[in-house]
Amino acid sequence: MGIKIGEEKFFERVEKGINNDFMRKAVAGAQERMQGRRLDSISTLGNWEEWRNLAEEIRQHTLENLDFYLEQLTENVIKNGGNVFFAETAEDANDYIKSVVSKKNAKKIIKSKSMVTEEISMNQALESIGCEVIETDLGEWILQLDDHDPPSHIVVPALHKNKEQIRETFSEKRGYNKSSDPKELALFARETLRKDFLEGEVGITGCNFAVAESGSISLVTNEGNARLATTIPKTQITVMGMERIVPTWEELDILISMLARSAVGQKLTSYVTGLTGPKQKGDVDGPEEFHLVIVDNGRSKILGTQFQSALQCIRCAACINVCPVYRHVGGHSYGSIYPGPIGAVLNPLLGDYDEYKELPYASSLCAACTDVCPVKIPLHNLLIEHRRVMVENEGKAPFAEKLAMKGYAFAASTPTVYNMGTKTAPSVMGPYTKNGFISDGPGPVKLWTDIRDLPELSKGKDKFRTWFENRDKGGN
Amino acid sequence: MTIGTAYNKDTFLDNIAKSLGRERKTIGVERPKWKHRPQYEVFKDLGQDELLDELEDQCGRIHTVCKRTQLTNLPHIVKEVIEELGGKSIVSWKDPRFEEYQLVEVFNEFANMDDNKFHVWDPEIGEENIKIAERANIGITFSDITLAESGTVVLFSEKGKGRSVSLLPATYIAIIPKSTIVPRMTQAATKIHQMSQAGRIPSCINFISGPSNSADIELNLVVGVHGPIKATYIIVEDI
Repeated sequence: MGIKIGEEKFFERVEKGINNDFMRKAVAGAQERMQGRRLDSISTLGNWEEWRNLAEEIRQHTLENLDFYLEQLTENVIKNGGNVFFAETAEDANDYIKSVVSKKNAKKIIKSKSMVTEEISMNQALESIGCEVIETDLGEWILQLDDHDPPSHIVVPALHKNKEQIRETFSEKRGYNKSSDPKELALFARETLRKDFLEGEVGITGCNFAVAESGSISLVTNEGNARLATTIPKTQITVMGMERIVPTWEELDILISMLARSAVGQKLTSYVTGLTGPKQKGDVDGPEEFHLVIVDNGRSKILGTQFQSALQCIRCAACINVCPVYRHVGGHSYGSIYPGPIGAVLNPLLGDYDEYKELPYASSLCAACTDVCPVKIPLHNLLIEHRRVMVENEGKAPFAEKLAMKGYAFAASTPTVYNMGTKTAPSVMGPYTKNGFISDGPGPVKLWTDIRDLPELSKGKDKFRTWFENRDKGGN
Repeated sequence: MTIGTAYNKDTFLDNIAKSLGRERKTIGVERPKWKHRPQYEVFKDLGQDELLDELEDQCGRIHTVCKRTQLTNLPHIVKEVIEELGGKSIVSWKDPRFEEYQLVEVFNEFANMDDNKFHVWDPEIGEENIKIAERANIGITFSDITLAESGTVVLFSEKGKGRSVSLLPATYIAIIPKSTIVPRMTQAATKIHQMSQAGRIPSCINFISGPSNSADIELNLVVGVHGPIKATYIIVEDI
């Protein structure tokens, strides 16, 4: 399955998203609140642009020397008594993880939230060898209980659900019988998951950033589930995308500061945990065995190309929280675990152009995403670059665009047809027009009006050519 | 598999170097002198008293009760906070600072009352510590470094300083010597970087800013999803 969620085509997904009133309201509200918090917390710093410049500089330097820093990280993890496995593909990573789990005869796996494990479909791989894999992040747990409903946001995966839906899921799947008050729901999750934590044989986490110099990994959470998953089980497996690395703790400071502020408007999240190898002599809690799995899964194909800066991403979702397209269509419309502008850039790279050819067009190119990105990925430029590559190298512009462009080229180069078109359009569109806007247009206009309203077409007097002719004749 | 092994490293890293269009680098990369250094500007000119004010201010935003006290009144305040949190059972680090700050008497007094239980983390009894911590109502630790900007206590785990003490009990108390307060994460990161250059750093370093929380249900903030439900900081004027 990988990054892909669902089997529906792009426009089917979009239509579903647009007709989901609750989701749209939730997303719009969430964007406003998260954006407000972000602005508040960056304003206290006063020199945000300088922070962005530094973060960008660190990310660029690390990517340019990625082989060096990964080697240094490996040496230090080993020195601390851990193992490192380099996985070229999702399958390699899963095979190794399965072999570690099998050697431990472990059946109960507890895991904290991690995008890369979603990306490689690790849960299914472990379930195929008879393990129970329990998501412990509250949002992820809700989705897992609800028959593996896909995530719709990187930071708040269950954003598209309301508390009534969550209450129903809990009562149906776990016999919950209290109210839909978020406090009661969360308390129920605490009590249920605490039991699982205490029985977990293997703990699996992602990795926000690894530190090459000390051989540490860091985990950034608010709930503390990553702390539990790395305190109680005897074996810890950490899975990281190969680009999630910094040279030393001094750079870790910067990127974690940027992540917390950009993602949730906090100065730091409730928990930031730095873990260095398995537990040391005399330590009581913490894992006896530590495995770091470093995943490529298509990333090296991005290095050295015009898309390299996409690997600077620190998964804060700030771009998602400001995107007007995401706001209208919701996370599931992107057909991937990576939604929003960064998803539109990454999915065609980590997946392929055939599967995700519409995404670079699902953008207004307003550049709000580029403006908020804490590590200065030029997101909207990369979307344009995708369009260029698809048209020039791959011949894969979406069919509707090709048709529209061909039609327009024909009409525009044939004056009679053009004139006919522009004169008849207003009357043809009449039935679709309401209060000066067309919101549910026919034919080629449908794709546009499904997503946004089109201003009413002018009737003769305002049309540019008519106006120009009149003007020549001395009219207004 | 043997512990302390790397698998598939060379092909993987060769592939990265190839993508980057150059030979593999195994030596010779220096961290650049970064052009921008805004992190050192935060609270640059503040003295210890002003940092303490900032810390206290931040506590309001992270749902954490904050109390400040003179050294002489510390035992009294600790007792008061234990009562506020409902007492019953406490687990603490095995940390000489509890004696140094004259808290042992308060703990003894607590342990001798009614059905109360007081447990000091004891490496000798191994995993039993975790079970006790899980059942405890209150976990108490000192803060090793404290960050004013974000209201964060930084805990270095070691033999007597179990990770579970600040995680598993229902509530958490951090005792913060005023001398441990620094402007922000930058100063803690510098210290850890120096420790790393000198040798190995602790297997677990926790940065904790208030109680466990989540906003996963309709973005409503809910406290205590997995870790402690309440957190109290007691700042001691030790300088």
